Amino acid sequence: MTVTTIIFAVMAIFTLGGGLGVVASRNLFHAALYLVLSLFGIAGLFILLEAPFLAAVQVLVYVGAIAVLITITIMVTRRLMGPVESLNRQWPVAAVAAALVMATLGFVLVNQFSGISTAPDVPADGLTLLGAAFVDPAGFLLPFEVASVLLLAALIGAIVVARD
Amino acid sequence: MKEWTFIAIIAVVSLATPAAPILIGKLIGPRKPNTLKNATYECGVETVGDTWVQFKVQYYIFALVFLVFDIEVVFLYPWAVAYNQLPLFGVIEGVIFIIILAAALIYAWRKGALEWT
Amino acid sequence: MEDLFIIIYNWLVSLLSGWGVGPVLVDIILGVLGSVLIVAYLLTLALFIIWVERKLVARIQDRIGPNRVGPWGLFQNIADVLKLLTKEIIIPDGADLVPFMLAPMIAVASVFMIWAALPFTRNAVGTNVSIGVLYIVAVSSLSIMAVLMAGWSSNNKYALLGAFRGVAMLVSYEVPMILTLLVPVFLTGSMRVNEIVGAQTIWYVIAMPIAAVIFYIANHAEAGRSPFDMLEAESEIVAGFHIEYSGMAFAMFYLAEFLHAFTISALTATLFFGGWRGPFVEQVPTLGIIYFFIKTFAIYLFNVWARGTLVRLRIDQIMSFCWKFLVPIALILLVLSMLVDKIATGIIPNYLDTTLLGMLPRTGILLLVNLVVGALAFGWIARTGRRERERLESRQIAPVERPAAGQQAK
Repeated sequence: MTVTTIIFAVMAIFTLGGGLGVVASRNLFHAALYLVLSLFGIAGLFILLEAPFLAAVQVLVYVGAIAVLITITIMVTRRLMGPVESLNRQWPVAAVAAALVMATLGFVLVNQFSGISTAPDVPADGLTLLGAAFVDPAGFLLPFEVASVLLLAALIGAIVVARD
Repeated sequence: MKEWTFIAIIAVVSLATPAAPILIGKLIGPRKPNTLKNATYECGVETVGDTWVQFKVQYYIFALVFLVFDIEVVFLYPWAVAYNQLPLFGVIEGVIFIIILAAALIYAWRKGALEWT
Repeated sequence: MEDLFIIIYNWLVSLLSGWGVGPVLVDIILGVLGSVLIVAYLLTLALFIIWVERKLVARIQDRIGPNRVGPWGLFQNIADVLKLLTKEIIIPDGADLVPFMLAPMIAVASVFMIWAALPFTRNAVGTNVSIGVLYIVAVSSLSIMAVLMAGWSSNNKYALLGAFRGVAMLVSYEVPMILTLLVPVFLTGSMRVNEIVGAQTIWYVIAMPIAAVIFYIANHAEAGRSPFDMLEAESEIVAGFHIEYSGMAFAMFYLAEFLHAFTISALTATLFFGGWRGPFVEQVPTLGIIYFFIKTFAIYLFNVWARGTLVRLRIDQIMSFCWKFLVPIALILLVLSMLVDKIATGIIPNYLDTTLLGMLPRTGILLLVNLVVGALAFGWIARTGRRERERLESRQIAPVERPAAGQQAK
């Protein structure tokens, strides 16, 4: 039982407990707060994996932007403020879908990652390598630019939907 | 990992620091709640209806534009770190990325999404 | 001469190791010690800067300010803290207790945590994480969550309205802030805050003054200070998001606001004004902490000055100023300076040299770009302002009809 194991356990409890809170909470604002807790747990796991950039992005984008957006979405949508019914008539279908997704993820996890017990070595200047790879034609140049176009499309779509 | 231990510690300490005076205030301060004192303060007028009124869609649009910009700029950070080692071509690629971002801004602007009406 | 902080640190490490404490535990003990030191230091400082601010704003407004408790009213804040401690923390009806009490704590914690990454001297920095500046932005974005929680859980329309207006403003100003934060990162080629300071043989504010100004304005808004105090516009929404808070819970929001204002000054000093750099700092590294705080205080006084003299803007003006002025200018500045800088790297030999003389060509070229962008920006905002004034003046306002003498208005 090393310190890392303990930290991992704490972060896993944050992540899973938060996730449970999101689906179990009847107050939508509480659900959003639980989501923040869960996202923090994931940020902690990223740090354990020595990916601090992803951890910072996790907090900056998910907690600082998406959680805020979700709260605002709750506020601009009518009839969502009070306690809402957490189950509707489609719950059996949803349960089957969730079980299928979980089975798939579990299968991939066991298949691909079993036998790996230590984190792979991370180069010290990983961030520089990532940045250089973003604009390297042999690296991720196309995904990088496509991401930009994708976000542009998302913005246009959202503005059109929200204003009409 | 040592650096992150410190951040974990300071997170705990900096949460405990404001918690302590609030707790002390709770303990030594008076505690005499009554209906009138606990009523919602809205400038002397009794509160009407539900607090969680519906907000206008403008808040949502601004949050959304912010989200798009936030994600895009985060992409730029590793690129900025690598900047000094990049060839001119690499910088131009990043600039194209920023120009697409600017196009999003211009679109939102022309569509009137940035007006607070 | 060795840095004083390093001497103390090494002494503590050897002391603890001598007692047979394991290396992990030594890190933890010293971490607790360091963070308690930072927090205690900030709390003491808060008492002082709140006094400075009250005194200065009072003078700006032609008042005397606190002058009863202690010499020049210096102990007024201690008296205030004691008073607030004995006040009841009222929990209003229908409040959502857990978020209601968590919100002031998170507001304060988000400010404290920024200081973990700010270097006091060359060596004395809480933590020198590889993603330094992103860590600072991520942590400070937690204060948005605190505002939302406070506004939502108070069960008060004014609080909710204040919180949502405030959040709309806070998230908007985060965009120019993170855009201009790219400037020190790309000039240094690192996100480590201490490396950014170390590379500033010539302060970045000289090379990129427009970026520094935009960064400072955006941060000023992030701290929610006048003229950007949408969060608590007293005349419109009473106290805004913390209207239902009393006693110590309110004091925590107050503390967070003042400390945040001081922290953004420290941040600007670190990223654009060379942080701990100053004369003889190479020989006596401990001097760095003095330079750092002189710079921080100078910028902080500017902050108080702005707060004392500028009037509050309307929310539509605030939003327009951010999205239609700061963001476009920041984008243009970023693109132009990066392109020009990269082209110049290929032409001028030893362009990336970091010695005092070696940095001159880069600084000069970037300054030129900044001056051009700055001139364009000022021309633009002057024209927009003139047009807006003309529009308002041309608006026909019907004169009020006065009731005739002797006739009572009903």
